[in-house]
Order: sequence, then structure tokens, then C-alpha cells
Amino acid sequence: MLDKSYIGKTYPRFVFEVEKGRIRQFADAIGDPDPIYRDVAVARAAGYRTVPAPPTFAFVAVMDSDQMFMPLRELGVDMTRTLHGEQWFDYGAPIYAGDLLSGETRIVDIYDKKGGALEFIVLETALTNQTGERAATMRGIVVVRN
Amino acid sequence: MSALPAFAAIQVGDRLPPLTKAAVSRVQLALYAGASGDHNPIHLDDERAKAVKLPGVIAHGMLTMAFLGQLVASWVPLTQVRSLGGRFAAMVRPGDVVACTGTVAAKTSAAGENRLTIDITAETAAGEKAVIGQAVVAVR
Repeated sequence: MLDKSYIGKTYPRFVFEVEKGRIRQFADAIGDPDPIYRDVAVARAAGYRTVPAPPTFAFVAVMDSDQMFMPLRELGVDMTRTLHGEQWFDYGAPIYAGDLLSGETRIVDIYDKKGGALEFIVLETALTNQTGERAATMRGIVVVRN
Repeated sequence: MSALPAFAAIQVGDRLPPLTKAAVSRVQLALYAGASGDHNPIHLDDERAKAVKLPGVIAHGMLTMAFLGQLVASWVPLTQVRSLGGRFAAMVRPGDVVACTGTVAAKTSAAGENRLTIDITAETAAGEKAVIGQAVVAVR
């Protein structure tokens, strides 16, 4: 069983730089052809400050900064035994190429079902941009298949 | 981007223009692993996936959710997406064709703006709902 004393643990603040090339790479990977993710001029003509990040890109800040697997390792969980159960994004300021996002991750809850056959870890990460505006709050549930 | 109707012209039950994605491929899973920073071997290595009783590599749930992000962001500007998310209800595997749909579930007003709650679903060609979610967008 997972150590529930980790509930409420907050991890050290991390910084994630939103690189323009990373947005293009992400759009390529998900097969989204929209030129706003690739061309500053097109993005500006569409009303954006510069190249914007697609809606779920904020989660790249979580994964790339090891904010999901690091808590799992601490809890002694083998990542191959996990599945993503849920993920929710609440957006503030739009995320753009060049942004410097600062984030903080917290273990919100740990619980189990089916007599411990499945355990659940609820993680929340809040992202703030370089001007101090809230960019996104993300809440995810990781399912551990024991 | 297809023309977004005015708030007053949108009815509960209206559907977003649907989005059917190209079949998910192993190369795509590798590209998504690199782009997202999620290198969990269950998305990349059949043997590691089978060792934990999966049928083989499975797609990142977040890849399928990104398809839903594309669905919503093709309809409203990114700056008008207030929230998006969902529950991963079934696995997507290489070869699966995922179809994304959205239906206006509610018209509301919050934070001084008109908003729509949209039920969003990503479904495989076999009829399995892979992601069942919801988005909230602001509409003028």
C-alpha cells in the first residue's frame, strides 16, 4: 500500500521554458496541422501575441520537469504499472513560445479501490508565467495497477 | 478555423465540427514521447508493456486528449478555452483511428463572460470511448 503520509506533500518549484520549436514538435507529434503553432506571422495574424501552445501542451511542463514520475518514484511505484486515469486543465493566461513558466506540484490525495488492487494518486501542478499571471492549474489522477 | 457562431445563436445540443485523426502509429507514440517528455516504456516497448499484462504498447492518454484539444481549438481561439479535461476510459493502440466529437451541454455566464460547457469524447473505430471529458469555452 502507498504511504498516505505523502498526501499534502509539495515539491520544490520548477521552471519550464516554452521553446517555439517544442510547440512545433508537439503539434507535429499530435498531427495538428494548424500553422499558428509553426509560424509567428500566421499566429499574429490570428490575433495571438506570438506562437501559442496547444491546449494540452501545459502538461509537457509537468512531464518534462519529472513532476509525475518523480513523486511516483518516491512512493516506490514502478511507472510501467501505472495508467493515466484523468487529467484536467484549468486555464489562466495563454501560454506562448518564449514564456518562462514556474510550477509547483502537490500530492493532493492517495486512495485505493478493490481492496488495494488499484491505488490512485492525485497530483496537482500550478503554473505561473514570467509576469506572475496564473497560466494553468492541472489536476491528474495516476492509477497504480498492483 | 471554421466560423464560430455568436453565443445567442448557439443551442444546447449543437455539435462541434467532428475531427477524425489518422490511425495512431508506433512512430507517433515515439514522437509524442519525445515531444511531451513522457518516456514511459509502456508506450514504446512491447515487451515491457506485455510484462505488466498490457496487450502491447498503448498510446499515451495525453496523446488522445491532445486530439480533443485540437477539436476544441479548431472551433474557438485558444485564448477562449477556459478548461479542458477528461477521464481515460479505454486504451488506444497502434492502428486505432480516433474520432473526436463535441456537443454543447450548457450555456452559462461566469466571470463576466458567456461560456459554453462542451461534452467532448474521443472514440475508437471499435466504438470504445477512450476519453470522456468536458471543456469550457468563452464565446462572445
